[in-house]
Amino acid sequence: MKSATSRGNTFLALAGLAVASMPFWATAYHMQLASTALILSMFALSLQLLVGGAGLVSLAHAGFFGLGAYTIYLLGPVSILISLPVAALTAGVAALGIGALALRTSGFFFLMTTLAFGQMLFFLFHDTPLGGGLDGVFIQRPDTIWTISKAQRPTVFLLLNLSVLAAMYAGLWLLMRTLFGRALLGIRANEHRMRAMGHPVQRLKLAAFTVAGMLAGIAGHMAALTDAFIAPDLLGWHRSAEALLAILLGGIGFLHGPILGAFALTLLEELSPLITERQRLVEGAVILAAVLLLRRGLAGIGR
Amino acid sequence: MQNAGVSTFLAQLLNGLQYGLLLFLIGSGLTLIFGVMRVINLAHGSLFMIGAYLAYVVAGWTGSFWFALPAAISGGILFGTFLEAALFRRFRDREHLDQVLLTFALILIFEEARSILVDNQFHSVAVPELLDFSIPIVGGFAYSAYRLAVLAVCLAVAGLMVLVVERTNIGASIRAAAENPEMVGLLGLDARRIHMLVFAAGTALAMLAGALAAPLQSVYPNMGDGFLILSFIVVVIGGLGSIGGAFWAALLVGTIDTLGKAYVPQLAGIAVCGLMALVLLVRPSGLFARG
Repeated sequence: MKSATSRGNTFLALAGLAVASMPFWATAYHMQLASTALILSMFALSLQLLVGGAGLVSLAHAGFFGLGAYTIYLLGPVSILISLPVAALTAGVAALGIGALALRTSGFFFLMTTLAFGQMLFFLFHDTPLGGGLDGVFIQRPDTIWTISKAQRPTVFLLLNLSVLAAMYAGLWLLMRTLFGRALLGIRANEHRMRAMGHPVQRLKLAAFTVAGMLAGIAGHMAALTDAFIAPDLLGWHRSAEALLAILLGGIGFLHGPILGAFALTLLEELSPLITERQRLVEGAVILAAVLLLRRGLAGIGR
Repeated sequence: MQNAGVSTFLAQLLNGLQYGLLLFLIGSGLTLIFGVMRVINLAHGSLFMIGAYLAYVVAGWTGSFWFALPAAISGGILFGTFLEAALFRRFRDREHLDQVLLTFALILIFEEARSILVDNQFHSVAVPELLDFSIPIVGGFAYSAYRLAVLAVCLAVAGLMVLVVERTNIGASIRAAAENPEMVGLLGLDARRIHMLVFAAGTALAMLAGALAAPLQSVYPNMGDGFLILSFIVVVIGGLGSIGGAFWAALLVGTIDTLGKAYVPQLAGIAVCGLMALVLLVRPSGLFARG
């Protein structure tokens, strides 16, 4: 996985500025749409640490996203300064436990076990009264930092989501430059060689799985905050597949790929109803096209 | 009072075994396809859904459920052969991520096709008249004849599969392919034929399971999703490519899930996943894996 060059980062920063300037020229509806894309970007970016970083395809990732979202409901109305770290911690602890078990397997078995563990988290909120039941619940937004009027919400959440995504991207960009990041790429390229060279492969993978889970929890937290609604579907494996699609569409070989993919997917979901009501057919066709034709993703076009 | 409790328990136990045997029909195909072709098929649950809808449509057209079973089996063989030749043959060399997304795309396309061809409603399929009665078993406890027939059919299919896989030449090459895919070419066996056979059989089994299940539960959109997860758990517990392992794992999972849903409904989904976690802790390659 390549990190963006300085030119690429300049481009990303300009795109970020364009999003940040939306309150001056865009409608509330489009700012909410941009927030949706930013949150999907965070979620897919957190998964990219596993997929593009360590070569681990996990279907449990939506479980950690959902845990982060449900943290807000379970905590009640507290400041975001408390709920955000708690969401990251909760998702991180769950990822540590599930990763410790799932990483005992590899290949097909890893896919299947992460699928089953992800569904286990889903059932936890779907079948038990813990999280308000299977129909989902509206949550009370915490606004103890400052009081936000209803009209200000789209602007505030847009800027908040943009800042969190920017911080997450910068953090991962730096992380991939450390020895830890290099070792993950080594595992993806050749796990046996890394083991033979004396790297603690298992522990590195578990660390990546945990960090990715924490970041997914943060993304879920932001989703719950933005939408003020949570439902067990947030944890379902279809959402994990959606994040994988964002990664593949954007470019699995690039750290910024998932962001491009997430924006492209959000745009597609917004525009495709204009052409046909058959949403799933469109999504299926896009996946087939992305997998079979766009081998290096949007980020790889022209390279 | 106590008697009623025992009857309920017996009924749930039999329901669990029968559910487990349906899971075996789905899981055995899945485990063979994984084992032999090294392809992960997330759309396997959708094949179950297609089987159930096929049964609903055929039973509606002909007025008799009895045509639904051969329709599901022959339809499954044809559809499986087509899917293997048109798509899955090309998926084999792909990375896991590609396989996951390609088969996820198939789920979306199958569901949309179902919505176009049939509709998005819940449907019920009548239990065939011939078997629409209860058989007294012990004391005051009676059990549905159709459910017993499903038990019998599944057991017969399981026996037939074990016989074919363990006792015939083609079964030996399937086992060889599951053990070591490169070996097949070296032995001079036609790997393509084995793949096609295994995929067609797996599809037919999943669709047969769907058709058998149609009178037991409603036929509804996304009905394969729950079965997909449980049959994945069956494969993990049973060990990759092991028919015998899939059999015992399916009975275990089916019974635990059914009894769980009857007695502690909040924990049923979690219990089965917990069982899988336990198995992974003790034996990461599956409880019944060889060696």
